[in-house]
Amino acid sequence: MNRDPLKWHERLRVSLWTLIVPPAVWAGHFLFSYLWASISCAKVGSFARFPTLFVAGTVVALAIILVSGWIAWKQQRMTGDPPPHESGTQIDRLRFIAKSTLLLAGLSFVAVLFSALPVAFLSDCR
Amino acid sequence: MHLTSVLVIGATVIALLVLAVYVIAVRTPEGKLDHVGGMRLVLWLGAIFPTVVLTALLLWALPAMRPLPHQSGDLRIQVQGEQFWWRLRYEDGNGPGVISANEVRVPVGRTVVFDVTATDVVHSFWIPGLGGKMDMIPGRINRLVVKADKPGIFRGVCAEFCGLSHALMAFDVIAMEPSAFDAWLASARGVPARADGRGAELFSANGCGACHTVKGTPHTAMIGPDLTRLGERRSLAAGTLPPTLESTAAFIRNASRFKPGARMPAYSAMPIEDATEIARWLRSADGEAGR
Ligand code: HEC
Ligand SMILES: [Cu+2]
Repeated sequence: MNRDPLKWHERLRVSLWTLIVPPAVWAGHFLFSYLWASISCAKVGSFARFPTLFVAGTVVALAIILVSGWIAWKQQRMTGDPPPHESGTQIDRLRFIAKSTLLLAGLSFVAVLFSALPVAFLSDCR
Repeated sequence: MHLTSVLVIGATVIALLVLAVYVIAVRTPEGKLDHVGGMRLVLWLGAIFPTVVLTALLLWALPAMRPLPHQSGDLRIQVQGEQFWWRLRYEDGNGPGVISANEVRVPVGRTVVFDVTATDVVHSFWIPGLGGKMDMIPGRINRLVVKADKPGIFRGVCAEFCGLSHALMAFDVIAMEPSAFDAWLASARGVPARADGRGAELFSANGCGACHTVKGTPHTAMIGPDLTRLGERRSLAAGTLPPTLESTAAFIRNASRFKPGARMPAYSAMPIEDATEIARWLRSADGEAGR
């Protein structure tokens, strides 16, 4: 039987480590927001008028979350074992972790957006 | 308030929707909804709908958190948090600042700038009805701008644990019509008339003047609250006791009985009659305006 070669995102196997990528990015972005705000308030003395660095950091965070969500989306759509799902098989485990990663990616995406939004509205360091 | 009504109405609508879904779910015969349909329902009602609602609320509420604009001519009130009371100084640019304590008055419809700081530990200045909280940090001045839009009395509290009597560190904010406020500030700039007598002598003899100011007397110390207009405050000891003769006398004899850790010595040996005399003298000042 001649199978198509695996695509790159299929060769990357989701695991417990990749599962925590989206929430870890969210956490990192959260920390980054605080650092950015306090450093620009302390050094510039006022709210940075053009928060280029902040926008860049936010875009990078969202992109990483999107990519890991997309990989997870692809992998959770691989054909699984037929029911009944009585024993933990390799493919079922993979699909489960992929689905969880996908959901976490959705949550983290919204969370990063929510923590970034105030910058667009607040105008000073108080 | 606008925000409150929107949130209450929104919460009611969502609660009714949940109830409706619940009723439908109970009435629908089993097996009507297949797996895919169920999952889709969870996705839309459980994830997308709340996300959209929360995003909308966030976008709507964030602009309200912008600090109010203010100008150099606006009334400024310096507030210093101390264990466990509030030191106040009004500056409106028309003459020397007015010193007061434990009760804030603001004119309705005018912008008021609070410059808050602390001398001992970190406190936090919070008038929930007028604005967000603002930390009071020793060595640093934080600015809070508020504008009362209707007359009334708002309660303020210390919102950062600051010691034994932290929970007893509160104050009232009286939002007054601008003309009444101006009259009050002008009269507070002067010296109120006060009956002389035994209370005044006892105040001096007991050394109260080592810590307290009473305008129009030789006592000008700034360690404790200014007592010049004690009689017009709506509470005693920073929102802790009712503003009566009895509670004032009792507080004078043993402050830390009512406020553990208060920085005022006890005068347990003082006869209650003497304490009452002092209290009467302190509360006797006239010059009340727009209470
Ligand atoms: C060592 C300084 C000190 C001395 C001496 C002192 N006080 Fe005080 N007093 C304070 C401090 C500090 C407070 C604020 C206590 C608090 O609310 O935490 C206070 C509060 C008060 C208050 C309540 C003020 C208000 O705004 O409600 C009264 C009344 C008062 N003192 C009267 C007296 C009298 C009368 C004497 C003399 C018998 C006296 N004090 C002696 C420091 C002192
Ligand atoms: Cu405090």
